[in-house]
Amino acid sequence: MSDEYDIVIIGAGPAGMSAATAAVAQGASVLLLDEGAGPGGQIYRAVTTTPLTDRAVLGPDYWKGAAIATAFAAAGATYQPGATVWHLDAERRVGFSVDGQARLVQAGQVVMATGAQERPFPVAGWTLPGVLSAGAAQTLLKAQGLAATGRVVLAGCGPLLWLFAAQSVAAGLPPSLILDTTPRSNWGRALPHLPSFLATPYARKGLALMARVRRAVPIVSGVTELAIEGEVHAERVVYRRGIRAPVTVPVDHVLLHQGVTPNLNLPAAAGCALDWNEAQACFQPRTDEWGATSLPGLFLAGDGAGIAGAETAASRGALAGLAAAAALGRLSETARDRLAAPMRARLTRQMRGRAFLDALYRPATAFRRAAEEALACRCEEVTGRMLRETAERLQVSGPNQMKTFLRCGMGPCQGRLCGLTVTEAIAQARGVSPVEVGYYRLRSPVKPLTVAEFASLPNTEEERLAVERG
Amino acid sequence: MFRRLHEVARPVLRFRLDGEPVEGREGDSVAAALLALGRDACRETAVSGAARGGYCMMGVCFDCLVVIDGTGNRQACLVPLREGMSVETQHGRREPGR
Ligand SMILES: Cc1cc2nc3c(=O)[nH]c(=O)nc-3n(C[C@H](O)[C@@H](O)[C@H](O)COP(=O)(O)OP(=O)(O)OC[C@H]3O[C@@H](n4cnc5c(N)ncnc54)[C@H](O)[C@@H]3O)c2cc1C
Ligand code: FES
Repeated sequence: MSDEYDIVIIGAGPAGMSAATAAVAQGASVLLLDEGAGPGGQIYRAVTTTPLTDRAVLGPDYWKGAAIATAFAAAGATYQPGATVWHLDAERRVGFSVDGQARLVQAGQVVMATGAQERPFPVAGWTLPGVLSAGAAQTLLKAQGLAATGRVVLAGCGPLLWLFAAQSVAAGLPPSLILDTTPRSNWGRALPHLPSFLATPYARKGLALMARVRRAVPIVSGVTELAIEGEVHAERVVYRRGIRAPVTVPVDHVLLHQGVTPNLNLPAAAGCALDWNEAQACFQPRTDEWGATSLPGLFLAGDGAGIAGAETAASRGALAGLAAAAALGRLSETARDRLAAPMRARLTRQMRGRAFLDALYRPATAFRRAAEEALACRCEEVTGRMLRETAERLQVSGPNQMKTFLRCGMGPCQGRLCGLTVTEAIAQARGVSPVEVGYYRLRSPVKPLTVAEFASLPNTEEERLAVERG
Repeated sequence: MFRRLHEVARPVLRFRLDGEPVEGREGDSVAAALLALGRDACRETAVSGAARGGYCMMGVCFDCLVVIDGTGNRQACLVPLREGMSVETQHGRREPGR
């Protein structure tokens, strides 16, 4: 590995791998860093190593990742797995650690392809052992062939919830119950987008998948309240549908999911501007049609730039890879535009139907704000009630002020599991839009760094100080 | 309890969990190996001492923090399991790197 690359790409999901393949094809020297053990990102997690050889379990969409990973491996970018990126700045310096050893590299251009995370689901008891996100359970299935057994309740909403349910059915270990929290009122807003959704291949696939799940798993829809109870482990789920009496179900595991939202920490700490996406109820870094952020030389591609799915992530990654290579003069703008034209056509096709999914699966307001007894901030153990009362009594203007009052967002996750919840709680108390409230001010390092890692940096004092100040 | 699907036949890796000899499989993250052993909790929080286990398995929640070979605050879901590793439950807050 050298100290300088034309292009440093962060993230080995479909966006990052496609960006690398496209940029290397233009003769750029490319370093791709990813925290995971192998290529694939979230959707194609462990696609080159999964122990699940029966392709029917994870399904054909998962296995599409094998071709992307093969093309990426053949392209010959320098690839460093197990690399946690903790620093990025406007000078395009990238700080990362592998096995406790920290390094800084200088990039000519940077493509962040850092993807999405699951939206926080702050119901009471979501911190109990035995409760995982559905994406976590899916990651365990893909990477290790592990599946939750016993009484498993899958709760929430969104396409991924159904996909994971179908994969569990195909693996022979379906959940015992699905609690669907999709708000019924969403249908009204989704219906105008239904015709264009029905014209896509996703509609047929999605309906077939849901039918397979319905045949194998009992489903309760219209769930409006949810809580998990237990002494030191999840023991019961209590749910309600509107004004009906609460129902208690004994459980061994609860798997929660209500959609995915862009990972904000790295682009935000680098100084990229964020926008509020009202349809998806989340912040996303501002990008143009090439994935260029508000900072020159920093691109962002894939679901990290706004949720639109894995196929579009690959297209957006390739576009950013081309644009980054063009910014370095590796190809002319005319050549860039010519190569981009078919990718843009594909992207337009892949984007169809998204408006319907966004409208239908927008999580209920009640589940986006923390329940009174729920820990909104898991790290510092701040409840929904504390957030609400503080916001109301002290007229808190934004998340940074809330942080100084309650310490929320100060723990090791750096607000990843409470940021959106805190913003929305303040917005509600003030009666304003989340745009006005804003998000936590994020700083480098975006992942906790040990003193030993910091000391292992083989760089000059000046560079160290730059990182430290971040 | 998390169970390995029957088609999973990967070599066994021996490691220590709070001093006890236990087994995982090649390809496991430390967090996956603990879940396969029925250990849904791997730490106690610094604030209330409540038991916690990993929630996201992708490096964002920091609830899977454990002590690995003497180093605390390691994200068990991101660290590949290795033969001979020593993994310990993490109690409370730890200074980084200790
Ligand atoms: C848990 C989870 C499971 C999902 N499963 C599916 C699925 O099965 N099917 C589907 O259609 N969609 C799935 N999605 C949606 C997902 O967003 C896909 O659309 C797709 O994976 C997005 O591709 P991407 O390339 O933009 O990012 P990703 O595939 O998310 O890849 C981002 C990569 O960046 C790396 N990364 C992030 N931050 C850092 C850092 N600081 N340092 C180093 N590396 C970093 C991550 O390790 C990851 O490998 C899932 C999302 C999540 C969160
Ligand atoms: S399980 Fe969430 S960070 Fe490891």
